[in-house]
Amino acid sequence: MTTLDSSKEIQKNNSEVNEKHEDFRIFGLITFLIADGMTFAGFFAAYLTYKAVNPLPDGAIYELELPIPTLNTILLLVSSATFHKAGKALLKDNNSDSQKWLIFTAFLGIIFLICQLFEYFHLPFGLTDNLFASTFYALTGFHGLHVTLGTLMILIIAWQSRVNGGRVTSQNMFPLEAVELYWHFVDGIWVILFIILYLL
Amino acid sequence: MTISIDSQKTNNESLQPKGWLRYFSFSLDHKVIGIQYLVCGFLFYLIGGTLASAIRIELASPMSDFMPRDVYNQVLTLHGTIMIFLWIVPVVNGAFGNYLIPFYVGARDMAFPRLNAVAFWLIPPSGLMLVASYFVEGAAQAGWTAYPPLSITTPQSGQIIWILSVLLLGGSSIFGGINFIATIIKLRRPGLKLMQLPMYCWAMLGTSILVVLSTPVLAGTLILLSFDIIAKTGFFNPVLGGNVVVYQHLFWFYSHPAVYIMVLPAFGLVSEILPVHARKPLFGYTTMVFSIMGIVVLGLVVWAHHMFTSGTPPWMRLFFTIATAFIAVPTGIKFFNWVATLWGGRISINSAMLFSCGFIINFVFGGITGVALAQVPFDIHVHDTYFVVAHFHYIVYGGTVFIIFSSIYHWFPKVTGKMLNEKLGILHFIITFIGFNLCFAPQHWLGLNGMPRRVAEYDPQFQFVNQISSLGALLMAISTIPFLINVFLSVRNGKDSGDNPWNALTPEWLTSSPPPVENWEGEAPLVEEPYGYGNQFYEQK
Repeated sequence: MTTLDSSKEIQKNNSEVNEKHEDFRIFGLITFLIADGMTFAGFFAAYLTYKAVNPLPDGAIYELELPIPTLNTILLLVSSATFHKAGKALLKDNNSDSQKWLIFTAFLGIIFLICQLFEYFHLPFGLTDNLFASTFYALTGFHGLHVTLGTLMILIIAWQSRVNGGRVTSQNMFPLEAVELYWHFVDGIWVILFIILYLL
Repeated sequence: MTISIDSQKTNNESLQPKGWLRYFSFSLDHKVIGIQYLVCGFLFYLIGGTLASAIRIELASPMSDFMPRDVYNQVLTLHGTIMIFLWIVPVVNGAFGNYLIPFYVGARDMAFPRLNAVAFWLIPPSGLMLVASYFVEGAAQAGWTAYPPLSITTPQSGQIIWILSVLLLGGSSIFGGINFIATIIKLRRPGLKLMQLPMYCWAMLGTSILVVLSTPVLAGTLILLSFDIIAKTGFFNPVLGGNVVVYQHLFWFYSHPAVYIMVLPAFGLVSEILPVHARKPLFGYTTMVFSIMGIVVLGLVVWAHHMFTSGTPPWMRLFFTIATAFIAVPTGIKFFNWVATLWGGRISINSAMLFSCGFIINFVFGGITGVALAQVPFDIHVHDTYFVVAHFHYIVYGGTVFIIFSSIYHWFPKVTGKMLNEKLGILHFIITFIGFNLCFAPQHWLGLNGMPRRVAEYDPQFQFVNQISSLGALLMAISTIPFLINVFLSVRNGKDSGDNPWNALTPEWLTSSPPPVENWEGEAPLVEEPYGYGNQFYEQK
């Protein structure tokens, strides 16, 4: 045979590899989030190029107000912290506390979405008014889609971390860890989006 | 935290259908999924090939007499899209990657078997959708690049279906890429180091990094384009203040790496095939690894060489010319390594070897025209002419498709336990090689003399050379017949191959042919030197 595994060490590892392997679902999720981030990167690149080379036509309106997005930034940052609290609580087998923190996080997500819609309804421009208006709605809308999906997932794991019969426990942390990672990602994207769209 | 493999896979492995029926099931077995990719891709290759034949029939005469002009545009759009997104990318990544990578890393399956099945099963529906888009009123006719404003101003229902289909195929590609990265990085058998992996693993790692980084940008771009079409926004519509060049930048940020997504796996496959049939170790393993990674990094920063005539400023032209010329260095290293692998080897002249050598010859030709095209003055002269068509067909057909056939001849015994008929295989190679070169070599001349691409009509002075090209295309179409006969006859009555007909040392040959469901009876072997040919120590029987 051509195999050269003579050392006992490898033989021992050999019998283990067939039964167990490391959990790399988080690794896969990180790879996916990098891909997802590249979609946003494409949108940001398009927006910044437009800003650099395409002047706003005469009479076109593209003005943003700061208060609501600033409130939204705070909401998301706080929600990241509360999600972290939920994970800590679950780790200590405190399922009901974890569930409370999760529901609070989802609540913050919903408030964020309501604020976002409120902003949409009160902006002086629509989707097709001009290039920057279109890019604004595409970017914030795509991010809002991520927040919506995230909120739904948080509600699902909140239901699943209930005390009796829930599947998310301190022995099965993966669903919570995965959604938490995703939520921090969506949060980070919002901070970049806030800086590029509102502050620059 | 560790999890048992059984919880990842179905608990009812024994309930999965056996025999040929399993190829029509939602199987989680990486070998079944690999074959599903291959056969599905080949069916689309036949459709795309039929469209290519239609194009060459049309171009046999200077007037548009075989089909109307708009139908010609629809046919070339569909041909390009099918060949890239449904034949080459899924087959050279999905099919061979799924079949071989778990063997190479010493695993029983891919890292995420369910994700793997999802990635495959996205392809047939989106492929059918794409083909069906041809039959709706106003089929897509903006080419596979879908450049606005053409894609916005031409009839749009077909274009929207085209976008949806490409989005789904991109999603499938990303899921596949995530799976390959996780499998190669995380699922290696204990004791197996990265630098001991067969070269195809490195090629797939590099390809998957490109897939994960660039495909999402195409998805974002196509979403914006569909907004332009459906909601009448103006991202890429100059009339509404938009900017078409932004589309081109975003599109080529994906589509130039896509060239490497199509050709890097072929580099990996040829590096597996040559050492086996030349009975020599792969020359320059380490330089091969670094040149693959060099191509990955450089491949991400050369996209604007597709846009030298799009009003790019001089500094951008300079940067992208130099960056593109740099890619010739790692590519050249790989080429010389393959030649050095063959040098002084005990070469068996069989179909797999012939197709691999055909690849090397064609690829060098396509590579040289590629370096020429990176030079701005030359590029401006031949931009959007048949020179470009000849160049990329030398890369994707003369390069990748030759390697797909080579790989089928090489791994057919692994999959079926039967040998393919060598005489039919060599006949297949001769017709393909002559037909391919007859078809595409004259197109360099056509392009240099100014025949534009994507136009159904041309100046009558080009007729004779175009007819030579069409004759070559006819030979290429005919070459499929001996191949199909060969496959069908060999599956039924082929000579038994035994477990390892080529006396190869790479891990997939160290199990039975065809392999058992979980790849290995017992433990996966540790292959520290997959290319130890000619070395008594490794070749001892």
